[in-house]
Amino acid sequence: MKRSVPLTIVFVTAVLLIVAFFIPHKPFGDLQSRFLNWYTIVSGFTFLLGLDSLTRHHLVRVFRRVEGWGYSLVLVLALFATMALGFYSWFKFQSPFALRAPFMWLYTYMIIPLQSTMFASLAFFVFSAAYRAFRIRNFAATLLLVAACLVMIGNVPLGSAFWHDIGSLVHAIIPGVSVDKLTALEGFASIKDWLMSIPTAAAGRGIGIGLALGGIAMSLRIILGIERTYMS
Amino acid sequence: MIASLFLAALVGLTPPGAVTARDNPNDQGGAVVVTWTAPPQTQADSTRPDSSVVPLAGFRVFRSLHADTGFIQVTEQPATSTEYIDSDSLLRDGVPYYYRVEAFSATDSARSAVVGPVVSSAQWFNTTLINILVATIVICALFLIYLELARKGAKMYIRKIAGLDAIDDALGRATEMGKPILFSFGLGYITDLVVIAALPLLRKIAKKSAEYSTRLLVPNSDPIVMTAAQETVKEAYTEMGRPDFYNADNVNFLTSDQFGYAAGVDGIILREKPGAIFWLGYFYAESLIMAETGHSVGAIQLAGTTETTQLPFFVAACDYTMIGEEILAASCYLRPEPIMLGTLKGEDFIRFWLIVLVTATVLLGTTGAILSKQVPILNNIFETVVRWATPAY
Repeated sequence: MKRSVPLTIVFVTAVLLIVAFFIPHKPFGDLQSRFLNWYTIVSGFTFLLGLDSLTRHHLVRVFRRVEGWGYSLVLVLALFATMALGFYSWFKFQSPFALRAPFMWLYTYMIIPLQSTMFASLAFFVFSAAYRAFRIRNFAATLLLVAACLVMIGNVPLGSAFWHDIGSLVHAIIPGVSVDKLTALEGFASIKDWLMSIPTAAAGRGIGIGLALGGIAMSLRIILGIERTYMS
Repeated sequence: MIASLFLAALVGLTPPGAVTARDNPNDQGGAVVVTWTAPPQTQADSTRPDSSVVPLAGFRVFRSLHADTGFIQVTEQPATSTEYIDSDSLLRDGVPYYYRVEAFSATDSARSAVVGPVVSSAQWFNTTLINILVATIVICALFLIYLELARKGAKMYIRKIAGLDAIDDALGRATEMGKPILFSFGLGYITDLVVIAALPLLRKIAKKSAEYSTRLLVPNSDPIVMTAAQETVKEAYTEMGRPDFYNADNVNFLTSDQFGYAAGVDGIILREKPGAIFWLGYFYAESLIMAETGHSVGAIQLAGTTETTQLPFFVAACDYTMIGEEILAASCYLRPEPIMLGTLKGEDFIRFWLIVLVTATVLLGTTGAILSKQVPILNNIFETVVRWATPAY
């Protein structure tokens, strides 16, 4: 019973949604959006579980004076201050996101800058990861390095300037070659476009097709009750 | 000004032509498609230098329950449009409606004849999805055939997946170093297949962590995923006879904000310095921030995601990365029973025929382009295949 009821619900729901995809007539037509609405309502309530987990975790740290408890205190105070400002803005301005609402001020001048700071740190992490990935160890890593350099050069105006210089150099060596014709080829940009739209896209589509088939196989295992690992 | 108005009145607007109104096909009812052809816009007469242009401003569509009276305007469309789908909430299925379209300029308007009656209705099958239906039936049938073969005991083989084989080594290393293990589902929801696929891996890791008495940390960005993770870890510990080892504080909620989550996980990594980190779930731009922080503390890292844009970051920053559908096959790898492997075999079979089909279509398209004059039928076949294989939704 503990297993058969959830498995039956999964099977019936999945079959209904698959059938509904092909049938626009009511009640099937809006079944998917109806189910998504239910999920949204349920997930809205589950945020209380998240709130409970977060506050309990940090309050315990504060009360037990665990090392770094001050940070937990700041987090709990910030959490409740944000909530209080949200409710205040809701009552006073009808929406927490009203332009003059204090909650909006908090969002604009604290949350967005903090998010932007974290996002900006990605640039440094890209650099360190790229350094390791592009170190020449074998043929594949060399190929990766060359391809990456070509894509980077092709993406910046400097690449175009370089290509113009190369054109002038070739013209100086072989006077019969037209500089204008060579420049018009926009070599680095063309190579970049080719790399992105042919080998990269081909590999991406290969992985994408594999993922789609893997997704179908896994979905069938779940629908037919073969895969039950999600019911721990 | 007066002269131009006089001229416009003289020339006049032509009403929209070929007005039709029909039920909108393949929908759930409550919609009518009205089409028309644009009249020639009121143009200046080039032979008369004093003439002025009175351009067509647009079209107004009117609807009524009666053929001769009671028309209400339902929309105003730009001069470039020749079609309008009337899906007004007031429109009722089974009720006959009449339409007319009016062309208008700044100074003039011209009405078409009334068309109708037209009755909107819902359809029981979306005919534009017939190719998807056929593909779904074929794919599902092939999977079921392989499942049946597996049930009958046909021999199935699964290749080695290095990332999954490395789990034990990573856990052993963390235990030897006396450091905790960190597991993250990223920003995945429980509705994401990759999160469901990662749950059995969490179970395996939790069992090992109970066996080795190594702390397992699972920070979450979604409360439902957190609940599923808590249950998985708790059950794994109980199975290993270590229910006392479970601590709900170790499988906790951080935040659902993308970079807030990244900051929280980075903080945990820098404070706890885990010996092994598992990134198995759904990740966006935060993937590299977290994986690089993991690398900086010397953790052995294993990643797997279905988000292809993040795979290069994980490949660059982690020791092992499960690419593509490898993570979706994890449960079959961990429980290599014939019935589980049957679906993988079916997947491989379909993949093989897809490769054949794609190669044949590319060859057909290329040959058709080269011999377009000599053998035009090749191009026609190619276009039909591409049209049929392209979903219409």
